[in-house]
Amino acid sequence: MSELHEVGTIGPGLRRRRGRFLGEEGIRLGLAAAAGVAIVITLGIAITLISEALRFFAHVGLAEFLFGRKWAPTFKPPAFGVLPLVAGTLHIVVGSCLIAVPLGLGAALWLSEYASDRGRAIIKPTLEVLAGIPSVVFGYFAINAITPLLRKIMPGVDVFNSLSASVVVGVMVLPLVASLCDDAFRAVPRALREGAYALGATKREVCIQVLIPAALSGVLAAVVLAVSRAVGETMAVALAAGNLAQLTLDPRQSIQTMTGFIVQISAGDVAHGSVEYQTLFAVGLLLFLITLAMNLIANYIFRKFREEYE
Amino acid sequence: MNSLAVADAQLAARHRAGRRFEVLLWLMTAAGVVMLVLLLIQILTQGATWVRGSFLTGVASIRPERAGFLPAIVGSVAIIAITGLVAVPVGVAAAVYLEEFAPRNRLTSIIETNVSNLAGVPAIVYGLLGLALFVRALSLGRSLLSGALTLAILVLPTIIIASREAIRAVPQSLRLAALAVGATRWQTTWHHVLPAALPGVLTSVILALSRALGEAAPLLVIGAASYVPFLPRKLSDSFTAMPIQIYTWSAMPQAQFQNVAAAGIIVLLVVLLSMNATAIIIRQRAGSKLKW
Repeated sequence: MSELHEVGTIGPGLRRRRGRFLGEEGIRLGLAAAAGVAIVITLGIAITLISEALRFFAHVGLAEFLFGRKWAPTFKPPAFGVLPLVAGTLHIVVGSCLIAVPLGLGAALWLSEYASDRGRAIIKPTLEVLAGIPSVVFGYFAINAITPLLRKIMPGVDVFNSLSASVVVGVMVLPLVASLCDDAFRAVPRALREGAYALGATKREVCIQVLIPAALSGVLAAVVLAVSRAVGETMAVALAAGNLAQLTLDPRQSIQTMTGFIVQISAGDVAHGSVEYQTLFAVGLLLFLITLAMNLIANYIFRKFREEYE
Repeated sequence: MNSLAVADAQLAARHRAGRRFEVLLWLMTAAGVVMLVLLLIQILTQGATWVRGSFLTGVASIRPERAGFLPAIVGSVAIIAITGLVAVPVGVAAAVYLEEFAPRNRLTSIIETNVSNLAGVPAIVYGLLGLALFVRALSLGRSLLSGALTLAILVLPTIIIASREAIRAVPQSLRLAALAVGATRWQTTWHHVLPAALPGVLTSVILALSRALGEAAPLLVIGAASYVPFLPRKLSDSFTAMPIQIYTWSAMPQAQFQNVAAAGIIVLLVVLLSMNATAIIIRQRAGSKLKW
């Protein structure tokens, strides 16, 4: 027992060390609090979107919102069917992915299989620059270059049309697809390629029959992430696609996306507590849920269908 | 003999297909580069002559030839400075915690999932959060401070993720050596891991802030003004920013304003490119100095 007491009394050296450990504990807690901010932000987003959206749904039925075919929240009488906005967003998603997925996949195959070190050193940073150009710049480009071009080569293209917006969103998303697919192809072990070459396959056959299947989880995840990005894309769409919330299949016409609507209403000064103010959050909640689902699906695909190589 | 000739023809066809495929892939790769070049040409031809002294030092005007960019430049610089001051310490601290301190438990994995999901949330949703939280709930109004705090929340996940990568790249031997001579976790982190990770962290911070600089959507939602004929002086002032001003000009019906928008884009891109160049230089310097 007496030894235990001796251990319990601490000298100055040990006391200093204990002080050091207490300081250490404080720092650890501070850092943990910083990391906890991530949870606070997620909760903040969820709470603000849901609470304002609930107020909106006190006025408007959920079925009317989700399945209504007319969107005119600022008209009298107002209509709150969100389908035209969802259809507008689908325009952009389909159009941009038709551009970004094939081009991104092709660029990734070229980068990982065909490019010399020098070619790679030029193309990779160029695509990074493309990825770093702000959305609003692409909106300007769509208005001033793409739309005039489309109007020249195609009859019946409106001044604001979903096609030009889709083209620029496709170009914006392309670097993301290329970079993710490139990573996926480079993660395929060399032995798989060499095995195919040893059997006499040409490079094209290796790409199509070995690499793409082997990297399929990464490629699919890239496609889903591209969709998610296109759904959330705002400024280019707000500038080029117009403000006409209508159900149409024609990409030459003006449309409005969910993001475009949020920008249009925000640009005017909406009164706090008005139904317009609440529609922002209802549409925002829908947008948030769609992109969240996309990101979770991408994650799931990436984990679930991953080919494991040691 | 005959079957050999068939095999030869088949092989030749496969090689031809291979060559066509290579050309196709090359064209697909070039498409992105061509788009970038066309974009730059369009901007330069339309805006280069409009970037002049009166544009850089003037304030907003309803006449395109007198429109100035200064309030937007000052607004953007002020916003990004405050965004950095708020987001960088928190983001790096969170990254340090997750890499160096966090136990492998449920809470940690919840935080990690949160961070990666937040990085995928569209920018405009952060604008809605800023509108409800800063502008309304905290009554900061449609001010410079609201804008900066909103962007700080927006870039936080990016900073955390990229800083973690930089910290993870520091070799384990450095940590083990420090711990072996009796340093605590924090001493190891502060004196050895962070200095070694600093170039990588700086690079990620600059890239995250340059992304925030080009972001217009969240600022529009919290209510950046489109017509600001004065410079912001206080945190509570209403403000505009470069991408907002460019959006406003691009949305104007008069053709002349498209030229003004192009001039604004040139200024914005010059700032962005110099930020990116700084990041690349830091990365290369660090790469040449530190070898393990």
